[in-house]
Amino acid sequence: MTQPTAKPQETLGWRAWLTADVPASRAQARAAAWFNGWLRFRSNTLAMVGLIILLFIILCAVFAPLLATHDPFVQNLGNRLQPPGADGHIFGTDSLGRDIYSRLLFGARISIYIVLLVALVAPLLGLIVGTIAGYAGGWVDVTLMRFTDIFLAFPRLILALAFVAALGAGIENAVLAISLTAWPPYARIARAETLTIRNSDFIHAVRLQGAGPVRIITRHIWPLCISSLVIRVTLDMAGIILTAAGLGFLGLGAQPPSPEWGAMIAEGRKYILDYWWVATIPGLAIFSISLAFNLLGDGLRDVLDPKEAGR
Amino acid sequence: MSAIDINALNVWFGEGDDRNHAVKNVSLKIAKGESFGLVGESGSGKSTVLRTLVGLVDDWDGRMEVDGKVLGRKRDGAFYKTVQMVFQDPYASLHPRMTVDQVLSEVLKLHGFKDVNDRVNRLLEQVGLGGGFRFRYPHQLSGGQRQRVAIARALAPEPRILLLDEPTSALDVSVQAEILNLLTDLRAEFGLTYLMVSHDLGVIGHMCERIAVMQFGEIVEELDVENMRKLSATHAYTKHLLESSLGSVR
Amino acid sequence: MSHLLDVENLWVKFPTRNGVFDAVRGISFSLGRERLGIVGESGSGKSMTGRAVLQLIRKPGRVEADRMEMNGTDLLGASDKAMRKIRGRHISMIMQDPKYSLNPVMTVGQQIIEALRTHEKVSQAEARKRALEMLDAVAIRDPERVMGLYPHEVSGGMGQRIMIAMMLIPNPEILIADEPTSALDVSVQLQVLEIMDKLVKDRGMGLIFISHDLNLVSKFCDRVVIMYAGRIVEVCEASKLHEAKHPYTQGLLNSVPDLVHPRPRLEVLTRDPAWREAPSVSALL
Repeated sequence: MTQPTAKPQETLGWRAWLTADVPASRAQARAAAWFNGWLRFRSNTLAMVGLIILLFIILCAVFAPLLATHDPFVQNLGNRLQPPGADGHIFGTDSLGRDIYSRLLFGARISIYIVLLVALVAPLLGLIVGTIAGYAGGWVDVTLMRFTDIFLAFPRLILALAFVAALGAGIENAVLAISLTAWPPYARIARAETLTIRNSDFIHAVRLQGAGPVRIITRHIWPLCISSLVIRVTLDMAGIILTAAGLGFLGLGAQPPSPEWGAMIAEGRKYILDYWWVATIPGLAIFSISLAFNLLGDGLRDVLDPKEAGR
Repeated sequence: MSAIDINALNVWFGEGDDRNHAVKNVSLKIAKGESFGLVGESGSGKSTVLRTLVGLVDDWDGRMEVDGKVLGRKRDGAFYKTVQMVFQDPYASLHPRMTVDQVLSEVLKLHGFKDVNDRVNRLLEQVGLGGGFRFRYPHQLSGGQRQRVAIARALAPEPRILLLDEPTSALDVSVQAEILNLLTDLRAEFGLTYLMVSHDLGVIGHMCERIAVMQFGEIVEELDVENMRKLSATHAYTKHLLESSLGSVR
Repeated sequence: MSHLLDVENLWVKFPTRNGVFDAVRGISFSLGRERLGIVGESGSGKSMTGRAVLQLIRKPGRVEADRMEMNGTDLLGASDKAMRKIRGRHISMIMQDPKYSLNPVMTVGQQIIEALRTHEKVSQAEARKRALEMLDAVAIRDPERVMGLYPHEVSGGMGQRIMIAMMLIPNPEILIADEPTSALDVSVQLQVLEIMDKLVKDRGMGLIFISHDLNLVSKFCDRVVIMYAGRIVEVCEASKLHEAKHPYTQGLLNSVPDLVHPRPRLEVLTRDPAWREAPSVSALL
């Protein structure tokens, strides 16, 4: 696709290129749309705070081997339960004498791993089920939605527990269990969105061009559902991390000695009255990542809300 | 052979006790190259006739022919290459997340055209939009420009029949004039057949040669535009409509 | 000497990311005991003008003016509380679509009675009696039955007549009607307008009739103000609208397809950028 009309505008600088009223190419139009969203997002201070916290945690996870002061797995029983700051241990040591700061850094990797996997699996599943149900209607809708209701009828943690118990403990199974329990709300959202979109004129118009249901769902309905799902997922992230931590706490998530934050709290529980930091510091980590996702979700809602997009 | 031949069409909405008889025993014959107007007030079933014809409504019986071919329950690709529709509200008929280019390219690809790039440019020119509009999103366009894009989309498969569902009622009068002129030009250029629905007798009188008046799902009167101008309608409802729209026009 | 309404140099401003957007740019007009039409296309600022008078511009929008007085009372500096008293009691507004302006969970009767009782101390029985009279005045047959209906149970035309009843029952001095009939079918349009017109005339009220339809306005108003891009481009007597001088007004008139006098092509309005910059014409009396 060459664009003969595209006069090079680079001389005006990339900003002018991005804010041009008359985009000259597909890429420019898309970039401009993203840039506009970014401008709107940036004006939301709290969301930016969330994004910065999150970026900070991601950087910590990526550079954990460089940032860590100790090996997170090496035990030193002679040096156990040291308070924060003592002997080069920034956040102190746990009941087996492991450096909490280093474990926290490596634990971030596990948390982000869980979050990413769940964020990919659950909404995708929900999106597929919800849009098919919403677009097809009739008995397909009834069957799929009753199936969804069954999953919704169980408390999430209990259902996840049951799955993990059946599949065996471990991070991957924990992710699978959480995803399997997390998708129904997404299916509901996607279906509700689809129902309103399905009867709009722009869907009628593509139907009149002979487009089939698969094309309509994936090309025309998904792009409009995804924004509300992304918002919901970021807002749910906190809950997902807490569920993962909860599974870890109950010993059904990451297995010792891996430094999963929930498992770390579980270990520190026994000492919480005398050695508060062992449980509190991973708790604070969970708190900050949850908060970051919540703030981010609020900001994304402002950017992505279709009602706002029309200005 | 007529372009459109509808015989004893009945359409229902809803199910069970709520089943509502929206169109009752409607018959229409529209010759090739003719411009036919369907007039009525909201709820008279005029738009429903159009939607049923293009296959957006399932619950109907009767006989519908387009270009001599009887329409079944499902419309095929060939049908959509013959008949296209322009919707009422240009704010609702364009996908909010797709650029003009994406909208038109997709349609062209769906109809199996190869020279998509050239055709997009040509379509935009035909509806009076320059290449500068090609990569804009709907929210960057005015109502009239959006309706032009919608017309370009309808023209993409090179149809011979265009169904127009109140194409200008959401627009300002000055923009309405531009769109109506465009539609007049396109009809002359491509020899299109129009079936136009409107509540505005002025617009219908300007665009159409023959009209049918609908009330409560039925056609109460069919007359040509000359008789409409002379106000020589026979049915009381048509007279009332003509008088009240004269009242607001003059 | 003050009229029912005097507005001088009115601005309505909306801050956006790309600077301040002026929806209304320094217009002046007054309203006597007359029917004043404000005509313009979408985006001309006509609706914003009506809303600005009632201080109904939502934040972050701002209303600025040198003077905005109703019967000599200042509206600009009026507190929220004072404005609430003025709205309804002295100035009423009818919006485009009755579907959105009536409360869906209250019966029509309750809403009319409430409209009256918020502004006047009358007994329930008295209020009910007057509500019935008012419904009768807007040509609703069987008002007893209609009082008990919910808004979704009435047609668009009847809904708009109910709105008119509700807005006129506190006997305001000024009625602002913003496209009161655009959502209605042509055959009910005239009826609704005639009812509104009669009530306004009988009660000696001032009417501001905001519409995009020049011909309708020329029929139901005494004086017409034509707005373009937030400014007034022309003021003329409604009966002489067809002799309007400004090319924009002429263009608007000519672009309407006419049933009785057909033309092969409709005239297309070419917009002169100078119209936008020309100073606003004063519509003060």
